[in-house]
Amino acid sequence: MSIFLLLPVLVPFLTAVVTMLFWHERLIQRRVNVVGGIAFFVAALGLLALVWRDGIQATQIGNWPAPFGITLVADLFSAIMVVMAGLMGLVVAVYSLGSIDERREAFGYYPLLHTLLMGVSGAFLTGDMFNLYVWFEVMLIASFVLMALGGQRDQLEGALKYVTINLLSSALFLTSVGILYSVTGTLNMADLAHQISSGAVDSGLATVLAMMFLVAFGIKAGLFPLFFWLPASYHTPPIAITALFSGLLTKVGVYALVRVFTLIFVQDVDYTHTLLMVIAGLTMVTGVLGAVAQTEVRRLLSFHIISQIGYLLMGLGLFTELALTGVIVFMVHVIIAKSALFLVSGIVRQVAGSYDLKQLGGLYRTNAGLAALFFLPALALAGLPPFSGFWAKLTLVRAGLETEEYAIVAVSLVVSVLTLFSMTKIWAEAFWKDRPGQDEAFQPLLSPQRIALLGPVIVLAALTVILGLGAEPLIDLGTEAAAQLLNPSEYIQAVLGDVA
Amino acid sequence: MEVILAIVIGALYAAGLYMMMRRSFVKLVIGLSLLGYASSLLIFTVNGVTRGQPPLVQEGMTQPVEPFADPLPQALILTAIVIGFGVQAFALVLFKRTYQSANTDDLDGIKSTEESGKVRSPEMT
Repeated sequence: MSIFLLLPVLVPFLTAVVTMLFWHERLIQRRVNVVGGIAFFVAALGLLALVWRDGIQATQIGNWPAPFGITLVADLFSAIMVVMAGLMGLVVAVYSLGSIDERREAFGYYPLLHTLLMGVSGAFLTGDMFNLYVWFEVMLIASFVLMALGGQRDQLEGALKYVTINLLSSALFLTSVGILYSVTGTLNMADLAHQISSGAVDSGLATVLAMMFLVAFGIKAGLFPLFFWLPASYHTPPIAITALFSGLLTKVGVYALVRVFTLIFVQDVDYTHTLLMVIAGLTMVTGVLGAVAQTEVRRLLSFHIISQIGYLLMGLGLFTELALTGVIVFMVHVIIAKSALFLVSGIVRQVAGSYDLKQLGGLYRTNAGLAALFFLPALALAGLPPFSGFWAKLTLVRAGLETEEYAIVAVSLVVSVLTLFSMTKIWAEAFWKDRPGQDEAFQPLLSPQRIALLGPVIVLAALTVILGLGAEPLIDLGTEAAAQLLNPSEYIQAVLGDVA
Repeated sequence: MEVILAIVIGALYAAGLYMMMRRSFVKLVIGLSLLGYASSLLIFTVNGVTRGQPPLVQEGMTQPVEPFADPLPQALILTAIVIGFGVQAFALVLFKRTYQSANTDDLDGIKSTEESGKVRSPEMT
């Protein structure tokens, strides 16, 4: 029984409750929001430290023994994801102070933000399929409202598409969970893994179920060809929300895919994981090609979210220890780099008044610091040394070469070049070229806003450099986590105790 | 009984998907709720319909007499219904607001998020 497993869920919950109690007190809400963000991040780090020292942690809610009760379980992969959720939560909580308008704050922005974080960390920590569905819904409902909050036309239209596709995916997820229970008689992930690996379930039936989960999670993760909702909706809310969604929501879908395709559905790896790899390649290519045609920074970056999801899936499809290490390192890298880019584009918007590349320009001359803050995560995203993306991509490419999957390696390298092209386009258009219509001056950032906006971006940009120059601890952590993923018996034992 | 339920479930899924592919907002919401009902009923049916055998422990025994109805699928369905209820209530309000601001109930008419350059910045207000 460990309180550390519960804290990442309880802390955002309490923060949401307290901010809701002070509904009319904006100042108190803003302070509680930051304190809650810090506490969540610290709790997540505590959990990671505990899992690193003592191995996989599991606890049974209400002391109902597994597999009957609801299990919370944290292996290194879960713990790393919770830490990333904590980091994103803190960064966005601070950035929101400078970028969210009073009307949104008055209508419950902060309670929703922390409810979303609670749903995300619940999804990372649960060890039960139906409970995963419930956490998905908690997260989705909070995200629905965050996306529509403010009620502008674009937001409502984006939210309509986002809500519809997510409800469809939830219905499919629920259907799959129901059939899974009828086939196995259990919903506990460890017990499912045990049943399917011991051959109690027909492997063809298990593969059908695996495909149903692939579609359900694939919609949420934004895989090819299920991603069309993403660039149609992600750019409509305020940039802090877009950054949080891009950092966490699709990644929860990827997390669920990694979890079920390493722990549960490994009965027919030749078929399922080859399919994953094909989808990975198509996701990368369509995402990056979609980005080429865009001139709106947020839409352009939204398409890049999709192509980066392809890399994560590529590692899962290769399914070796090195490849899964790559997935974890890439996950950490892409969450940081991607949200940094979104947050920087928000500052560009504040300073220059637009998200449209055609109207932007000349920022390098007046705001060299801001240009640098864009440049670092952009190069990291493209995978140039010495930034974090280089090591992540190198690990994945090496894993691909070792398993002699040359096609996917070639695709991933070409997509890297196209990503670099896309990033150079933003750089050239927004920062380098002369500004069209020189008449209006750039707006300077006011000093309290300055700290709230620049602080989080500086931290994220610095992290892309630090994780690039000192990549070894992260890669060690990733290797250890990947070893746990590839060896489910440890996970099963932590949850169920000794089974035959 | 199972056969009838299976046909009903299939019809619900088909009707739900058909309604979602129409262009009206109202039909979209109806389609979404039909999908929800279909999956609830599917969980209920696929886990075996046992009639007249509640999972109650008789006096003097330690477990109910086999075969008894599995209570877990019903607990799952109950949870799913509650969640579905909340989400549908939200969806209805959202669709109504979208109808008011876009001034159309035709799904093909809501394209402002697709047109690059026309998207306004939410921070402007």
